[in-house]
Amino acid sequence: MTKEQREIVIPSQLLGDVKNKKAGRGTFVEKGKIYAEILGVLNASSEHVDVIPIKGRYDPVQQDFVIGIIIEAMQSSWLVDINAAYPALLHVNEVPWDVDFGETEKYLNTGDCVMAKVSQVDQEKKLQITLKDRNLYKVKGGRLIDIEPQKVPRIIGKKGSMISLLKKYTGCRIFVGQNGRIWIDGSYEGIKKVIDTIYLIEKKSLSYGLTNKIEDLLKINAKEVH
Amino acid sequence: MTITPSIMRDFLIKLSSEGKRADGRKFDEFRNIKIEVNVVNKAEGSAKVTIGNTQVISGIKIDIGVPYPDSPDSGVMTTSAELIPLASPDFESGPPDKESIELARVVDRGIRESQIIDVDQLCILPGEKVWMIFIDIHILDYDGNLFDAASLASLAALMIAKVPIERLKPTLDKLKDKYPDIEQYLNQHPKDFPLPLSEPPISCTSAKFNSVVVMDPSLDEEQIAEARLTVATDNNGDIRAMQKGLNGSFSVDEIKKVIKSSIDNGRKIREQLYKSVGK
Amino acid sequence: MKTDIKLIQDGKRLDNRRLDELRPIKIEAGVLHRAEGSCYLEWGGNKVIAAVYGPREAVPRHTQNPLRAIVNARYNMAAFSVDDRKRPGPDRRSREISKVISEALENIIIVERYPRASIDVNIEILDAEAGTRCAGLTAAAVALVDAGIPMKDIPVSCAAGKIEGQVVLDLGKDEDNYGQADLPIAISPRTGQILLLQMDGHLTLDEFNQALDLAIKGCYTISEMQKKAIMEKYQKVEEVK
Repeated sequence: MTKEQREIVIPSQLLGDVKNKKAGRGTFVEKGKIYAEILGVLNASSEHVDVIPIKGRYDPVQQDFVIGIIIEAMQSSWLVDINAAYPALLHVNEVPWDVDFGETEKYLNTGDCVMAKVSQVDQEKKLQITLKDRNLYKVKGGRLIDIEPQKVPRIIGKKGSMISLLKKYTGCRIFVGQNGRIWIDGSYEGIKKVIDTIYLIEKKSLSYGLTNKIEDLLKINAKEVH
Repeated sequence: MTITPSIMRDFLIKLSSEGKRADGRKFDEFRNIKIEVNVVNKAEGSAKVTIGNTQVISGIKIDIGVPYPDSPDSGVMTTSAELIPLASPDFESGPPDKESIELARVVDRGIRESQIIDVDQLCILPGEKVWMIFIDIHILDYDGNLFDAASLASLAALMIAKVPIERLKPTLDKLKDKYPDIEQYLNQHPKDFPLPLSEPPISCTSAKFNSVVVMDPSLDEEQIAEARLTVATDNNGDIRAMQKGLNGSFSVDEIKKVIKSSIDNGRKIREQLYKSVGK
Repeated sequence: MKTDIKLIQDGKRLDNRRLDELRPIKIEAGVLHRAEGSCYLEWGGNKVIAAVYGPREAVPRHTQNPLRAIVNARYNMAAFSVDDRKRPGPDRRSREISKVISEALENIIIVERYPRASIDVNIEILDAEAGTRCAGLTAAAVALVDAGIPMKDIPVSCAAGKIEGQVVLDLGKDEDNYGQADLPIAISPRTGQILLLQMDGHLTLDEFNQALDLAIKGCYTISEMQKKAIMEKYQKVEEVK
């Protein structure tokens, strides 16, 4: 009997005992027992137990690729929204341009979009991002959509299998931020198809064999998109 | 504050120059509209309207009150709107801000000035007691075009509302001591009765950006809109209310086009409204 | 208040319920588009909608707590939710209820996870018929889970009371008005800890114990419904067609 879905757990659900398992992310321990602390998918082995969240804001991890939107240009830095619980700071030293004090608005302004990387997450959850790396820059053109950050792995797929499918059948350029923000550029029909498919994947993200099902769907609806 | 990414602005503008909208609609096309009535039992009348993902509830409460001094024989009507923090990350709790006040006043005028409610039939005792109609609009989910959703919900709620004689009988009986004529009023109106209403005008809102005017703006379109125009039209194709908002401008030509689309869409929406209240 | 109506007759109440029976309850998770978590709940004649935003940076800045998130629950009754229209805006009663609900939620939300942030819970009563704070908290709990907020438990709330000398579960409309005592509580079902407790009226110690027991039992029944509503939303096996 194959399971069509992964197991969902909810806060307060008993998952195990510290005596024989290691409590991982998404869990808390009370009186030697391990409980789920969030709504999520159970990821358990004989040695450990984790809960992978299926809802909630983006939880920033160093080195993550994210797509950010500038909230405010300040004297020597910018405040950036990356769909986390807190805004991130982008310092003038972390951009590829030579920015003078007070000249930040000349380069990035409220509403501008950047491909960035999370460079630091400190104890107090203060976040910093950087544009100093390959493939990081200010974005022009295209279209943005937001999905649940937890669904990002499904959109990318194992070794990028899902996102390659999307690019292949729509001819669009697609960048997926770990923070759930996705940038798409291409023809009107291509972009629409990418978005419809992404929302479908988001809805069915918990099913097994999703990549094949999506490929079938894309094939059925494909006219050759060059 | 939710910031609109400049990419989205550029995208919507680029599409509009090609005659397209992000969700594939035509410029003068409305999103899917759903009207449900009687959603709140305590209210004398209520309706929930969904346009796209925008959800608005309007509740009617009717009570006994005193008339305005300059219209002693007419019922009284007030409208208020709450942009409750439930509906959007940008709505704050607190006293109504200018957005909710404008929303309430525009819906109010659409109903009051077009005299949908025959307030002269809402007199209990001339100069002393009249029926007071309270229209309270609650935004539950904000995804663009609150004006039309709020207005439609209020109309639907009014159309199925009943004056609560039965619930207020104890109060009316007590008033008989001071006002013996109430006896006669109660004989004429022994049971709950529907509000005296005439054909409602339907409001249609359009937004302008990049020299393009679209009807029923989605949230994204509303956030980049430079100007907004709401037009209420009746079943004869006459204009009953208008409101321009935001600091952009319209050409006379654009206004005429909007009026025509409002009349056409108004007709379709009116049909749906009648169906949902069982007419 | 006094009345001539008999609230209990032959062991049955005005709405035909037994003394220890709950009114019908319906719970649906994830009903709003903009809110990060939401819940629609019907409980007898009550209709409640709860929405959660956050965690997000708390504003204004001076309200930020450097060590943990603050929980802002806002309980509000719609103007049309009651017999005599209520003037819009918070009154003292709403503010008090907002406070006790915030405190109950603060107990089980893992607030240390989000310093300087706020978790905003909005509870809107659309239709009111006794027990709105219990309905509100119960709905808020589901909305919090739906929003992915880390919690040690899913709190649940229920009330018991006394009418005509008898301790009963879940006071209805007339029972609330003409009853002799009202005891709304909220618990953390996993541990049995009491998170919210208010009482007004007159109860002997014995009656209090009975009422508390009954309310706790009610809470456990409703807790199963909350969990079912959440699982129903997230464990749907759909056809990819």
